[in-house]
Amino acid sequence: MSRFLVRRLIQSVVLLFIVLTITFFLLRLAPGDPMSRYYNPDFSPEMARQVRESLGLDRPLIEQYFRWIRAFARGDFGESIRYQRPVRELLAEAIPNTLRLTIAALALHILVGIFLGVLSAARRYSPFDRVNTIAALFVYSIPEFWLALMLILVFSLKIHALPSSHMQSLDVEGMSALSLFLDRARHLVLPAFVLGIASAASTARYMRGSMLDVLREDYIRTARAKGLPENRVILKHALKNAALPVVTIIGLDLPFLLGGAVIVETIFSWPGMGRLAVDAIYARDYPVVLAINFVVAAIVIIANLLTDIAYGVLDPRITVGRGGGK
Amino acid sequence: MDTLIDVRNLTTVFETEQGGSRVVDGVSFHVDSAEAVGLVGESGCGKSVTALSIMRLISSPGRIAGGEILFEGRNLLALSEKEMRKVRGNKISIVFQEPLTSLNPVFTCGEQVREAIALHQKVSRSESKTRAIEMLRLVRIPDPEKRYGAYPHQMSGGMRQRVMIAMALSCEPRLLIADEPTSALDVSVQGQVIELLCELQARLRMAVLLITHDLAVVAQMASRVIVMYAGSIVEEAPVRELFDATAHPYTQGLLGSIARLGQRSGPLSTIPGNVPDPFGLPPGCRFSDRCPRRFEKCSSAEPPLIDISPAHRSRCWLCGGRG
Repeated sequence: MSRFLVRRLIQSVVLLFIVLTITFFLLRLAPGDPMSRYYNPDFSPEMARQVRESLGLDRPLIEQYFRWIRAFARGDFGESIRYQRPVRELLAEAIPNTLRLTIAALALHILVGIFLGVLSAARRYSPFDRVNTIAALFVYSIPEFWLALMLILVFSLKIHALPSSHMQSLDVEGMSALSLFLDRARHLVLPAFVLGIASAASTARYMRGSMLDVLREDYIRTARAKGLPENRVILKHALKNAALPVVTIIGLDLPFLLGGAVIVETIFSWPGMGRLAVDAIYARDYPVVLAINFVVAAIVIIANLLTDIAYGVLDPRITVGRGGGK
Repeated sequence: MDTLIDVRNLTTVFETEQGGSRVVDGVSFHVDSAEAVGLVGESGCGKSVTALSIMRLISSPGRIAGGEILFEGRNLLALSEKEMRKVRGNKISIVFQEPLTSLNPVFTCGEQVREAIALHQKVSRSESKTRAIEMLRLVRIPDPEKRYGAYPHQMSGGMRQRVMIAMALSCEPRLLIADEPTSALDVSVQGQVIELLCELQARLRMAVLLITHDLAVVAQMASRVIVMYAGSIVEEAPVRELFDATAHPYTQGLLGSIARLGQRSGPLSTIPGNVPDPFGLPPGCRFSDRCPRRFEKCSSAEPPLIDISPAHRSRCWLCGGRG
């Protein structure tokens, strides 16, 4: 197990390095530079040249690359060109916000997806199952941005039930801890729903299929022959087996969740990493873009590692970290 | 001896696009307390479906369409699902053919035995574990305390089948249905498992319904044999009488296809053709299209089960019946 972890960790570092290198050069291939946004009659080419020089952008690209890699290896993410603040500070503000959104969405994804999938399989071909199938297909087919706008239209603008943007109300000063929590929870509902519901729908479909496969297995017949009630057959004997492939899918889904967060955060003015990334890309704020890429890549790699470990916990036939075996 | 289970006119139908298919068609038989009965036939003759019907484990598209299953005087087919669950695994247990796929891969063997005990007996968790280990010892799994925590994939086929037997016997059932318990095992292990079953049957004084296509296994264990063909019983006899005074041509065919030690009389005989599918049953006797001794009457009317001796019945016109 520990040897497996060490090997995976080394692989991860190499992978991160490759991802960052590609990002660095791709970013520089894009037209424009951090000066683009300053262009106006008062900003002379001479001033632009001076700023570029101060940022080191006039050096050969390969030299910039190595300088940046060295700084990165020391843990120095540099300074945002746009905000004139350390990137580390910007990330420290944005990451917890994105985590709040994605964890809520992931919880919705897992709980709703598995619950509906199991229920659908247990009541196969019932009206519930049919409605569920159609609803899942429908939800899965809707683009996130459109769903977000429609929900804002209905819940924020028509019935005024939920806020349409930001993480909390403007007048939070002097609120009690409880009402602050409730205020933040209300702000979380729409973005987390938009972000999680499509994956929940697909997970529900996978879960249903996986569950139906497992319910045909001989050991399910054995469990019934023991005299176990059907709900225990499903929740104990079938669920653990059926969850195996679904765990992988949830793990592989995480990059899409983080990608979706970019859109959702932009629509709901959520001050997280996704919105920071979009703004940074528009402003060609290279240090910020690279740092966010680093964080997202690291999260995805860690999530994949956790998925592999979860597999070993769920299925005793799989020994994580040993070659061969059954 | 008192009758433990009395199956009367059991009919199990599988719904297909062509209509209902009577996989078990009016089967009647009984098993006495502490008696071992063999239920024999080719693949697809309905013997496993009969077993699952007794457990009421037939799932869609199959359903039990008629008949009665009297167990200790109660009709199992009239019980509620909740009452039936108290019978399953408790009064009637079943051991399936393939022990690897019949055990849940993600739970330990011990846990799967313990679960059956905890379900039917009011005992604490530690007590149920102690009893589960006792059961593993009873079926002669070496080092049962250690094997309690082993997963099915860590055991050999024979050991897995012993776990299945331990699970089935954990509540000391009155009737054990063994559905091809040795067919998936190595020949060398088959004998051990049958010996174990024989011994436990005597020790626990339970009845056994042994389902198999292997007449040698039946000869070793059962005292009475029921032969099924295409969903119905064609012959029923005490085991010696079946071998010595075989009445039905189908049974003769089955016996003729067994290899015997010390006999080198050319190739083994076979029964030509296959078990007919339930929609393609020949008119009259079900076996008439494959029977080497058929005559006109066989295609015109299906013979009833005809008494040959007090315990020997055969569904064949050759047995002197007057139709």
